[in-house]
Amino acid sequence: MLRNDRVRNGMLGVWSTLALLYLFIPIFIVILYSFNDNKGRFNFTWQGFTFKHWAHPFANSDLTTALTNSLIIALATTIIAVALGTFMALALVRYGFRGKGVTDMFVFLPLATPEVVLGAALLGMFLTAHIDTGMVTIIIAHVMFTVSYVVVTVRARLEGMDRHIEEAAMDLGAAEWTTFRKVTLPMIAPGVAAAALLAAAISVDDYVVTSFNAGSTQTFPLYIFGATRQGVPAEVNVLATMLLLAVLVLMGLNVLLQRHLARRDRIATGGGFDGGPDADEEEAPFELAEATARG
Amino acid sequence: MLRLSLRTRRTLLPYLFLGPGLLWLIVFFAIPLVNQLGVSLMTGNPEQGYTLQWHWATYSHAISDYGTQFGRSVLYAGAATILDLVIAFPLAYFIAYKAGRFKNFMLLLVVLPFFTSYVLRTVSWQLILNDNGWVVHRFQDLGLLSSDGRLLATTGAVIAGITYNFLPFMALPLYVSLEKIDRRLIEAATDLYASRTTAFRKVTLPLALPGIFAGSLLTFIPACGDFINAALLGTPNQYMIGNVIQSKFINILDYPTAAALSFILMAAILVGILIYGRLLGTKSLREAV
Repeated sequence: MLRNDRVRNGMLGVWSTLALLYLFIPIFIVILYSFNDNKGRFNFTWQGFTFKHWAHPFANSDLTTALTNSLIIALATTIIAVALGTFMALALVRYGFRGKGVTDMFVFLPLATPEVVLGAALLGMFLTAHIDTGMVTIIIAHVMFTVSYVVVTVRARLEGMDRHIEEAAMDLGAAEWTTFRKVTLPMIAPGVAAAALLAAAISVDDYVVTSFNAGSTQTFPLYIFGATRQGVPAEVNVLATMLLLAVLVLMGLNVLLQRHLARRDRIATGGGFDGGPDADEEEAPFELAEATARG
Repeated sequence: MLRLSLRTRRTLLPYLFLGPGLLWLIVFFAIPLVNQLGVSLMTGNPEQGYTLQWHWATYSHAISDYGTQFGRSVLYAGAATILDLVIAFPLAYFIAYKAGRFKNFMLLLVVLPFFTSYVLRTVSWQLILNDNGWVVHRFQDLGLLSSDGRLLATTGAVIAGITYNFLPFMALPLYVSLEKIDRRLIEAATDLYASRTTAFRKVTLPLALPGIFAGSLLTFIPACGDFINAALLGTPNQYMIGNVIQSKFINILDYPTAAALSFILMAAILVGILIYGRLLGTKSLREAV
């Protein structure tokens, strides 16, 4: 029986390792080929090791513009979507009102719609209204389909939160706004941070909806897709690797920050206050997944 | 500062909180869909423009002309969803129950691919499956592939690409629902002499159904509308409905057909969700009785 268990666990472990390997092989290739000493346009076969692409990562001005655009769009999208979505989540969890069920469904609907439908419908409206597509329409589109993710993520956090702490603050004479600022916001902050990260990640990475509403504006994914026919330049691999490293550093910093804050809270309150489960940046998709699993 | 009674404020606040976001969704999600319905009923041509003629025939033409691509979308997305379930379930199970202190690290590994561009990862598969690549040569050496056999530009490549790209969307909800199961229920089953297999089948699996449901939807819906994998890893013989909608809208400027196709896709998916939910729902109910 015990031997059986060990065999079973071993097999599970091997399977899981293989699954993770499957997830990572293409990423290894992306990183590896940023060091490829390729002759000519194509970066498809390994021709030796070089740092030459890393020496001038921003040499390709079209690519740099595309990446800059993507980052600007992601920043604007994140700010707007998080602001809109957080308050929607608050309304949906904290208040009872007429039409709540319908609103719930409606907010969830964009998540259940294929991106190609969202993108095409939006472009159809811009065409009908004679609105030129470009940077602004991309941001409009990105906010439209990230706001639901924000609602779902923040709501998951709010639902796991003890209401009594807010009530206690109000009983002790704090005004609603003060309570929100001093109690609610700090408690949902990890959820909001997770939602922001998720919105930024989705926005930077989006190809489908963007391809409909971009006009002549280039973004990072649009540039890569467009370049596939002539061969994707190695600078793309360099920038993608840098982006991945930046995210890893941010995640690491966040984990350290959370630990620091948790320790400070424990000291300040003599261990009495626990701000809920430790929420690291990497929890973003889990909170989302949890919320969707529940819905 | 406006002084209203607490009661009035409590009834007004939710609408104030919801307002801006809801307005955004109405203007940029709901209205475009209604507008799209109108576009699908127009007739005309790219040069002279389109006018609304309530031309429902576009729908029947769309179905008869692009039935193949619809079939392919459902087939590829369905195959990828099943493959993802098979790959992700043991992975999620391992992370939830056996990973110990590596749990958070493994979860991080599952979400990390999100931070490398989707398009770039698919281009990476192009490189891996390339005709002159290492993988094709090894397959040929092993006799798994004839000497002029290819991996790229095949149905298998497209399905593998979709399976790859949506794997985390399956793994995460599965993990969440497995993690939530009260371990004591499984212990109780084994204490009452259920074998490991029976306990898994009668306790773990039914309780993981919400995760299976959510994961399947999160995989199947985007996979159905996907056109990047078919465009980069396939040929026009593998094109899915997303490719058709995209080229009709962007290149051919046949807006009515593109609009009709996206409406049919959306309706089909909604009906599919309802049936699937009903199937899983009744099954778990039957299990409980």
